[in-house]
Amino acid sequence: MSSTRQNINNYKELLEQYINTMDEASLYQAEQYSKASIQHNVSPDKIIEEHYKALVELFPNLDERVKASFQFLIQTMISYSVNYQQTEELREKQLELKTEIDVAANMQNTLLSTDVPKVENIDIGAKSVPAKLMNGDYYHFVQDDEGNIGTAIADVIGKGIPAAFFMSMIKYAMESFPEDRMYPKIILELLNRVVERNVESGMFVTMFYGLYDINKHEFYYATAGHEPGFIYRSQIQAFEEIDAKGLLLGVKKDTKYNQYVTHIQQGDMIVLLTDGVTECRSGDRFIEREEVLEVIDQYKEQSAQNIVDNVYKYLERLQDFKLRDDFTLLILKRNS
Amino acid sequence: MKGALTTVPIYKEWDIVGARQSGRNMAKDLGFSTVDQARIATAISELARNIYLYAGQGEVSFEEVQGDTPVGLKIIAKDNGPGIDQISKVLEDGYSTSGGLGAGLPGVKRLMDDFDIVSNENGTTVTVVMWLR
Ligand SMILES: Nc1ncnc2c1ncn2[C@@H]1O[C@H](COP(=O)(O)OP(=O)(O)OP(=O)(O)O)[C@@H](O)[C@H]1O
Ligand SMILES: [Mg+2]
Repeated sequence: MSSTRQNINNYKELLEQYINTMDEASLYQAEQYSKASIQHNVSPDKIIEEHYKALVELFPNLDERVKASFQFLIQTMISYSVNYQQTEELREKQLELKTEIDVAANMQNTLLSTDVPKVENIDIGAKSVPAKLMNGDYYHFVQDDEGNIGTAIADVIGKGIPAAFFMSMIKYAMESFPEDRMYPKIILELLNRVVERNVESGMFVTMFYGLYDINKHEFYYATAGHEPGFIYRSQIQAFEEIDAKGLLLGVKKDTKYNQYVTHIQQGDMIVLLTDGVTECRSGDRFIEREEVLEVIDQYKEQSAQNIVDNVYKYLERLQDFKLRDDFTLLILKRNS
Repeated sequence: MKGALTTVPIYKEWDIVGARQSGRNMAKDLGFSTVDQARIATAISELARNIYLYAGQGEVSFEEVQGDTPVGLKIIAKDNGPGIDQISKVLEDGYSTSGGLGAGLPGVKRLMDDFDIVSNENGTTVTVVMWLR
């Protein structure tokens, strides 16, 4: 193949080879020729011109009418190429912008990154994937001195870059709170004030905050209008919706939040998510929450990280590999 | 011919040509136009090249499929390579390593009617179908 590789530069030889043999190998080389042409910015009309020249050399007695048809085609392709190049330039500009946003998105990832706690009895999995470049979802883990796990999952109403910036603010507000045993209700009330003070930004945030007591296995939680999560109860082998109510962050000053508590048994699993998980669409069909739970159920014996990864893969494929909304899924599994 | 399954193993670059040939023959037998045959061959090239470049080895199979009314050609490109990490990213135009210059996977998706990928750390299977219009 190496000798023919050089032929790629010679359209005429390639063409002659094909006309004589009609073989697939020549066609494969034609494909490589076309890839190389794009790389060297050769426009389509140039390739047709090349073809025409080769044809005239190979068949000097070519019918004048066929020659005329080539003039016609070349003219058509010249105007096509000019227009195409314009589109191409726009595309390049767009790629430049995209690169810049990519940098911002990476920075956001660094700013908002959180370590998933490693705890003996509790297996934790987390996955968050933006639909566009910047993520309007957010999750966060903290551990206090006793090892109790605080976890937040949030979604900014509003998407894109402003939403992403707004999330950074929430994160820094949260980090300024004292480290010791912070109850969900208190955290949401403090955060509500932060968001409410920036109300002119027009952003609202839904958030679920949970605190897992790792000694007593009590799970304390409160919600600010966030998509309800689920608890898998191993005893009845079924999912239970986490029942909680509360106003979105930033809607009303001095909102009070209810706090709830539930006991987590061995084998139970806490599932926290954003609406990107449950409200995704496949064609014109909305995916039911049940369907997501079925996928979780199917993988429930695996590690928490494997479960969230598999749910993501399942939904990504179902949506034809185009996420319509940011996806965030957290699973906390009590092993022993 | 009906329901027949042809499989072409991919080990070396030459095998890409063999896969194109088998796919084209089958497309011709099913009654696809020469232009559609060329589209199908292009898609096979991209899939087989990816196997050759990123998985080292694998196979491309062809199968006649029967839809509600039409007949289609199904192409399955399968390997046990490292897998594709973020499929949705890869399917965005302008992602491929050649700088979005080749057709790549987005090109395959555009050329064919149906497109599906299953990929994990144990390998990748891309399944595409073109229906006879
Ligand atoms: N079978 C595969 N196994 C593992 N990784 C793959 C496979 N196919 C594609 N990939 C990954 O997906 C990326 C995109 O593939 P795609 O074919 O779209 O573009 P490309 O191969 O990079 O460039 P080109 O435009 O020349 O095809 C590749 O760079 C590679 O990392
Ligand atoms: Mg490729």
